Amino acid sequence: MTDSLRTTISLRRRLTIALIGGAAFLAVLLYLVVRAYAVQIAQQGQDDILRASLTSVLDAAVLRDGALEVDFPYASLSMLTTPADDRVFYAIYRNDRFVSGYDGLRGDGDAGFSTRDFAGATVRVATGSRTLVGADVRLRITASVAQTQDALSVTLAGISRTVALFGTGFFLLAVLLSVWATATTIRPLQTLTSAVARRGPKDLSPVRRAVPLEMAPLVGSLNRFMARLEQSLTRSEDFIAEAAHRVRTPLATVRSHAEATLQRVDRQENRLALRAMIRAIDESSRAAGQLLDHAMITFRADHLEREQLDIGALLREQVDRLAPVAEMKDIELRVDAPAAAPLSGDPILLQNALRNVIDNALKYSPTEGVVDLHVAASPLALTVRDRGPGFPEDQIAELPQRFARGRNAEGIIGSGLGLTIAQDVVEAHGGRLHLRNHPEGGACVTLSFSS
Amino acid sequence: MRYLVVLVLIFCAAAAAAQPWEDRRRFGPEAGDGPVLRILSSTDTAFFEPILARFLSERPGVAIDYFVTGTADVDRRFRADPGAYDLVISSAMDLQLKLANDGFALPLAEIAHPAWAQWRQSLFAFTTEPAAIVVNRTAFAKGAVPKTRQALIEVLRAEPERFRDRIGTYDVRESGLGYLFATQDARVTETYWRLTEVMGALGTRLYCCSGEMIDDLSDGTILVAYNVLGSYAAARADTTDDLQIVLPSDFPTTMMRTAFVSERTEHGNLAAAFVRHLLEREPEDASDESYPLPALAPVADGQSAIVLGPALITYLDALKRRTFLREWEDAIIQRP
Repeated sequence: MTDSLRTTISLRRRLTIALIGGAAFLAVLLYLVVRAYAVQIAQQGQDDILRASLTSVLDAAVLRDGALEVDFPYASLSMLTTPADDRVFYAIYRNDRFVSGYDGLRGDGDAGFSTRDFAGATVRVATGSRTLVGADVRLRITASVAQTQDALSVTLAGISRTVALFGTGFFLLAVLLSVWATATTIRPLQTLTSAVARRGPKDLSPVRRAVPLEMAPLVGSLNRFMARLEQSLTRSEDFIAEAAHRVRTPLATVRSHAEATLQRVDRQENRLALRAMIRAIDESSRAAGQLLDHAMITFRADHLEREQLDIGALLREQVDRLAPVAEMKDIELRVDAPAAAPLSGDPILLQNALRNVIDNALKYSPTEGVVDLHVAASPLALTVRDRGPGFPEDQIAELPQRFARGRNAEGIIGSGLGLTIAQDVVEAHGGRLHLRNHPEGGACVTLSFSS
Repeated sequence: MRYLVVLVLIFCAAAAAAQPWEDRRRFGPEAGDGPVLRILSSTDTAFFEPILARFLSERPGVAIDYFVTGTADVDRRFRADPGAYDLVISSAMDLQLKLANDGFALPLAEIAHPAWAQWRQSLFAFTTEPAAIVVNRTAFAKGAVPKTRQALIEVLRAEPERFRDRIGTYDVRESGLGYLFATQDARVTETYWRLTEVMGALGTRLYCCSGEMIDDLSDGTILVAYNVLGSYAAARADTTDDLQIVLPSDFPTTMMRTAFVSERTEHGNLAAAFVRHLLEREPEDASDESYPLPALAPVADGQSAIVLGPALITYLDALKRRTFLREWEDAIIQRP
């Protein structure tokens, strides 16, 4: 059944992919956001130090006797020492005219930070101004302090590495969590599946177990469907019983009338006609019986009612039942079965199959023949061999088909359903039906139940 | 009049450029096709000769042109023509650091050197040398040799007539190393200014270089030299018993001699090999006669070593230099 079911990508995989994809996206986002934030913080740190340095330079500016002196402290530049030995530049301007330091360092504007190229390196420049008021002069001093960004790059590389590590860890954790979450989410579905699969053949009761809200419509539909199925199964069982009753009973009546009439008529041609009639009634009755058997088997095969059986005991029972028929043809039924040949199976079906196979053997056996019934315990198999004409070799494959009869079956009562029934029953029990001709003559039918 | 000033300026500049080398020597083959490593150095040839000789002994065919001049002149000449020299070696850490900061030094990534003794993998320190007070022993009674700056001040004040015109120190206007020592001293203590005032009052002689100062000390022209390179004096002390080197116990100022490869060198690998050769000196070589320069050693805690860092360029600022020199001149040159 499931083989022919069309499936799409599994829910588990879909859920896992969605969760892992989400986690990967979040991890990358985390990396980018934290890194951008780190860049901002690190730049802020450098800017703070540059501002402090700049302030100390500007604060050192004094007017002495009208001349500008900028005796900035050693700390102004020593505070810019970094582990990466960043290069340091500064420039001092008086009324926008270069006074000392590195000319050309100052960017646009009187104050603020900028990043630009200077002396072959990328530098961060802090610029600030201050107005000095002397006795008769008033001048504006502007200073710029700059530093390369090597230490900043080292710091950022370190932060990037750490954040990347965290991102990867976060991602791996998220993968584990998504696998767990998927398993948890999928579990009610699996529980329901196994509960339904474990049910007995006749158990069509609705699912009572609590199911997640999302599954309620599906399970509700399933419950309603099973209710309808149970109803229709009950109806067809009733129909089979009814049909068997309705067909067999009138036929039995007609046959008994024909028998009675046969006793009364003397004319040879009338007697022949009545005999033919009785024979036809027998055939119809048998066919009806087998059709009903087959219908019953088809129904039961899907819902095996297994119990522990012994195939030898089952065989002897059938042999006893068919003994009168065998005696009428002087056929010997030879049973060869081990002490125990256990099988878990549906007794009614198995009886039916055995009866049909033995019946066939009796029908095709010559008078005073022998039918061998052999049971092998391991692997469990039952072989029935007669001494009849055997199967037509070219028809062996199609004989178990419904209503197929061998071309040497002319004149023998039969519906063509016997082997079909035997095969359906064996296959319902997980076994196989083998047909072959015995090398020393006669048909050989094997019901093998490989467990 | 203006033209005259310009002419005079040009003449002075030309005179400065044409200033003769203190020493200029060719090591290795006089003429040949081999590479010639041009080293611009402030270190006297005598101190460097063994190092050069050992370097060349492993590299036949290589020649070295060794140019010696004062620290300030090293800086001036190199800035004027950075392509003319492959290596620059100087004791003026501030000038060296500024050259590296200004992008004149070639980074040598493969050289492993302690962080405190290198800057940006381009400026490498290879000696540790303290600034010393060197005295002519004959001028002092036994045990009266001053051990600190304060003690020196007291000795000078006690006998001004004995020391008048017989004290020597660097002319910080001319000597880069002298300026470095002076500014670092001034940074650490006010004692420096008091000492300078006292020395100025006694008519101190100003020198361009340690060598000359020690010459005058040896022949008794001067009795005390302040802020002389201990290493130079030690080399002379071996031959002259009269010299005594005093490392001021209040705070010795310690300088590191540094080298860098010019960013525009034509012999990058050879120059890098030379720097490695300079740095590879094992500590046990410190006593080796063939290496007259002291080895590189970390300065003990509590002592003031000049830190190789960007702050060194502070006193090179034109405004600060002008201010400092004016104060220094006011102190040392006592105008009547």
